[in-house]
Amino acid sequence: MNERKIRVLLAKPGLDGHDRGIKAVARGLRDAGMEVIYQGLRLTPEQIASAAIQEDVDVVGMDCLSGAHMVLFPRVVELLREKGGGDKLVVVGGIIPRKDFPKLNAVGITGIFGPGTPLDEITNFVKTRVGEKSEDKKS
Amino acid sequence: MTAPREIAERKKEFLTTVDGTVVKRVYTPNDVVGVKEEDIGLPGQYPFTRNIMPAGYRSRLWTMRQYSGFGTVEETNQRYKYLHKQGQTGFSVAFQLPTQQGYDSDHPLSVGEVGKCGVAIDSLKDMEDLWEGIPLAQVSVSMTINATAAIILAMYIAAAEKQGADISKLSGTVQNEILKEYVARNTYFLAPEPSIRLVTDLCSYCSQKMPRWNSISISGYHMREAGATAAQEVGFTLSSGISYVQAMLAKGMEVDSFASQFSFFFAAYTNVLEEVAKFRAARRMWAKIMKERFKARDPRSMMLRYHVQTDGFTLTAQQPLNNIVRVTLQALAAVLGGCQSLHTNSYDEAMALPTEQAVQVALRTQQIIAFESGVADTIDPLGGSYFVESLTNEIESKATYYINQVDKMGGSLKAIEQGYIQREIARSAYDYQRQVDSREQVIVGVNEYRLENEPETEMLEISEEIEQKQKERLKKLRNERDNQKVKATLEKVKAVAVSNENIMPALIDAVKTYATVGEISAVLRETFGEYREPSVL
Repeated sequence: MNERKIRVLLAKPGLDGHDRGIKAVARGLRDAGMEVIYQGLRLTPEQIASAAIQEDVDVVGMDCLSGAHMVLFPRVVELLREKGGGDKLVVVGGIIPRKDFPKLNAVGITGIFGPGTPLDEITNFVKTRVGEKSEDKKS
Repeated sequence: MTAPREIAERKKEFLTTVDGTVVKRVYTPNDVVGVKEEDIGLPGQYPFTRNIMPAGYRSRLWTMRQYSGFGTVEETNQRYKYLHKQGQTGFSVAFQLPTQQGYDSDHPLSVGEVGKCGVAIDSLKDMEDLWEGIPLAQVSVSMTINATAAIILAMYIAAAEKQGADISKLSGTVQNEILKEYVARNTYFLAPEPSIRLVTDLCSYCSQKMPRWNSISISGYHMREAGATAAQEVGFTLSSGISYVQAMLAKGMEVDSFASQFSFFFAAYTNVLEEVAKFRAARRMWAKIMKERFKARDPRSMMLRYHVQTDGFTLTAQQPLNNIVRVTLQALAAVLGGCQSLHTNSYDEAMALPTEQAVQVALRTQQIIAFESGVADTIDPLGGSYFVESLTNEIESKATYYINQVDKMGGSLKAIEQGYIQREIARSAYDYQRQVDSREQVIVGVNEYRLENEPETEMLEISEEIEQKQKERLKKLRNERDNQKVKATLEKVKAVAVSNENIMPALIDAVKTYATVGEISAVLRETFGEYREPSVL
């Protein structure tokens, strides 16, 4: 049986328009064989969570360089749980100060990728974690 | 006689940037045979390759202008006064994202964004308080504002009038450059066409009432940040410039009546010599475009005057103190290239907005270059270098290729609508990332010479309470102002928006009643429709 491709939703919550990073990640994940949906800019947490459910993705990736991440990222996670998508892997990038990592980890965001992260590190993280999640489901 | 020994080199090929300009081992007079003497020329003389001013920095140094703004107006006002005291010679305002995109601080999309990337300005009241104790008649102020530039300039004019300033003597810049927003910076809310109408309304208003004001700052910086090469930066920026000139001519304006108020904005990367060549090429190209294509007669219309910001993308979160060295090299390139004003980034900006100490180092970097290095004592000191002249020509020819491509598509707007510019830039960005990932391009501290444990760096924090504070301020304003008057002026804005009249006077009247950025933008959204872009990957 063919293995299902990993499906990824990438989105920019809030008003930040810096999209060089997320576009590079989109290409990187696609080159690594994943199916990537780039939802675009200027999205509310509600729009991102709904799209993640509708598109039935395995991974939600968000990026924020404006400093609004501590309000926006946890809100998306919360909404995903409410809508029954709490099992999706959430990864984030942007300008995220180290002191915010524990709080993001606490809501279940473990993949945090700051400036200078090689693309391979992100793709490997996603592949490994999605693999683990589907193993969990089987057992 | 023995054959010359083959000397092994440490790389197969030496390239300037990602677009692959091959750098030779050494440059000789043979490399500049094609360079015409009159294309190099003298400072202050057409085509201004060496400098637009005959005496360069010997008569006046560049303006040291640090882009800054965060939190509430009180905090930003304090930072401005601090920078002024430290010897900064011009101000540069960073606005929060809601202000830049036509939302008030209490809009649902503003959640989490208030005061974060810039200062929160909702109404004229905020603008008045921002400049408390700073006489606008005596300072030069640059404002990074685009989609809502006309509204914000209206507020600035009203605030300056309240201080008793003569509007015709105000000096400064509004970025007011919407084309690159659709390519790279992404703060727009209307479709390109009505947006350009606002841009040109502002420009023609300034040409009549504010002769010392730069009515637009045509920007390559953000395209470079998004991944453009040096040649793409020049080509696409000058293409934008051409489009704005055409839009003004279409309004019936005469070229020499507005062109001298057009200014530009470029990035400075760390590859010093390539950047110097880039600035020289851009100056020469713009002069020729204005003279030959648009038949300008006033030399001031042909002068490419520009601001430079050292490139934010090159800052690393790893070993942040190394950024001081990067910024120094970039600032040096900007000065050797002959910029009119300069912002130097702070070493901690890959992680957060800068602390006061980090900003001080950034400003001191400019002062050391100005007063200790000696590079500002003679004009265009690299002019005549075989390598720099040859590279100047090469960038000119590559940038000309991009201008021609854009021309063929029918101008910048069409090229953007077709996704051409975005795709070219995205490809360069991806190629660069691949080079970094494969370590062909070494980034010290990131893909080589890494530290196991990065020490903690002190960072500026913007409190979440600011949002609440700003919302309360806004609520109070809405309760205290004369809402009948607000309503009447907003209706006037709407009426003018659908006519051919210049919108600036109606906007000035509206902001004077304390109508907010969000309220005025809502009228424009209603009139022209909200714009959402197709995402180009």
